[in-house]
Amino acid sequence: MIIGCKSKMSASILAVRGLSVVFSTENNGLHALDSVSFDVNSREFVCVLGPSGSGKTTLLRVLAGLIPPTSGSFKFSGGEQPSIGMVFQQATLMPWRTVTENIGLPLEVGKVNQTVAREKIRDMIELVGLQGFEDSLPRDLSGGMAQRVAIARALIHDPDLLLLDEPFASLDAMTRERMWMELSRIWQARQKTVVMVTHSINESLFLADRVLVFTQRPGKIKMDMEVDLPRPREDDIRYLARFGELARQLRATIE
Amino acid sequence: MILRPDFSRRFFASVLPLMYKRLLPIVFSAFVFLLAWSLVARYSGIPNFILPSPLSVWTRFLRAVNDGSLAYHTGITLSEIVLGLIAGVTIATILGYLLAKSRSLEKILSPYIVASQAIPVVAIAPLLIIWLGDGILSKAIICALIVFFPVLVNTIVGVRAVPAALYDLMNSLHASRAQILWKVEAPASLPVFLGGMRVGATLSVIGAIVGELVDAQSGLGFLLRVGDFQYDTPMVFVAVFTLISLALALYGVVRIVENRFLKWQG
Ligand SMILES: Nc1ncnc2c1ncn2[C@@H]1O[C@H](COP(=O)(O)OP(=O)(O)OP(=O)(O)O)[C@@H](O)[C@H]1O
Ligand SMILES: [Mg+2]
Repeated sequence: MIIGCKSKMSASILAVRGLSVVFSTENNGLHALDSVSFDVNSREFVCVLGPSGSGKTTLLRVLAGLIPPTSGSFKFSGGEQPSIGMVFQQATLMPWRTVTENIGLPLEVGKVNQTVAREKIRDMIELVGLQGFEDSLPRDLSGGMAQRVAIARALIHDPDLLLLDEPFASLDAMTRERMWMELSRIWQARQKTVVMVTHSINESLFLADRVLVFTQRPGKIKMDMEVDLPRPREDDIRYLARFGELARQLRATIE
Repeated sequence: MILRPDFSRRFFASVLPLMYKRLLPIVFSAFVFLLAWSLVARYSGIPNFILPSPLSVWTRFLRAVNDGSLAYHTGITLSEIVLGLIAGVTIATILGYLLAKSRSLEKILSPYIVASQAIPVVAIAPLLIIWLGDGILSKAIICALIVFFPVLVNTIVGVRAVPAALYDLMNSLHASRAQILWKVEAPASLPVFLGGMRVGATLSVIGAIVGELVDAQSGLGFLLRVGDFQYDTPMVFVAVFTLISLALALYGVVRIVENRFLKWQG
């Protein structure tokens, strides 16, 4: 039985049209993204795969509203900027805040009631396995632990759109695969829309409904691939023939 | 109250190492200093009005404490310093923040600010006293002027050094300007800002004294001048030591604030 295979009819929540980003540098403009167009459906998990420097981070930064596109547009259905949970390529914690305070930041910014906030933070700390480190400062955390704090912070305010920039790159293999399962679970339970940048073909096949493959700079979409693997995806999914086929296709496109 | 028998043992076990490490060297060096001073004062033949003995300074100190004059003049100087610090630090912090945030404002104002630093405050102190009178106000303003620059510069440097990634984080959460100021910019720039405060606090004592030496009817600088005029050298020493204590106390306050708020720097 196939559970959780989503209907292809669900509405587009994000429409990206002809998006280009040119950074102005001294000599001439650095073309990071070149007329990228795609749609993301509501509750869809989209992975972005591509070589280093292909504009993946730039795409996320545009979607988060941190930099304006040079040309083209992107639109969220509903019109307004949705609430965003972002995990940056570096953990980006505030060194003066404890783990608890760092995770609670989005709730503070959103002026959420403190009692409610405390409870949410406690649940989130459990989810990312940081019990016992509630009052630690970032300087006392390992890179992987810091990244888990950043992931917890991105999820805590239950955002409409999750933008993840290689969130698991600094984790060890075991933790990384556990986080895949957790993210999968959260995504299904909370019905989030996710755009996640990754370098790992396995990761994208474990998590995504669709994979966008970017070309070398300037970043263009080279392939838009549906991942038609059954959910929930457990560890042994990698032994499915279909998994291997998709992985081969992706690898061939990237190289 | 009954003290548990092991109380004193535990008390000394926790306090003694601290005393050995921090207090003992200070006490020892002070003792050597005082001893050397007494010996020189007694046997070198230098007259008392040039180099008074520690004992005569101590006696003069007790007299100034008893007749209330030391407390009164210290109070005057301290209020000048505190007023000057409040004014100077407030203006320097606000202006520093604006300069850090606006390149164009910085381009317009920075030539004037740099040029103003070429004028030694000491040189314009007499002018300020002519304009503003010989009371507390003129000295407070001299303090404020002296404190202004180090605090301004450190505010600019501190705010400029806030990591861009933290702005991205706050903007992705749609944080307001005020939230960015209080949750990111203020805590991130605090270490550098307090560095400026440490310098400013010490300089402010100099500012007040310079003003009082030019012209004043009260304050520690006034005591210095009176002591000098009356050949009351022990009084001069008392005033100088009080000044040193004031500067150290202000420095200590900044250190306490640093210890309280910068624990995360470790
Ligand atoms: N603010 C900026 N100013 C100028 N150039 C930039 C800026 N940000 C990114 N770039 C350039 O744009 C290109 C794309 O960068 P981007 O960070 O989006 O790549 P990426 O796909 O995320 O790479 P990686 O996989 O290494 O993280 C790079 O050549 C980078 O040097
Ligand atoms: Mg990147």
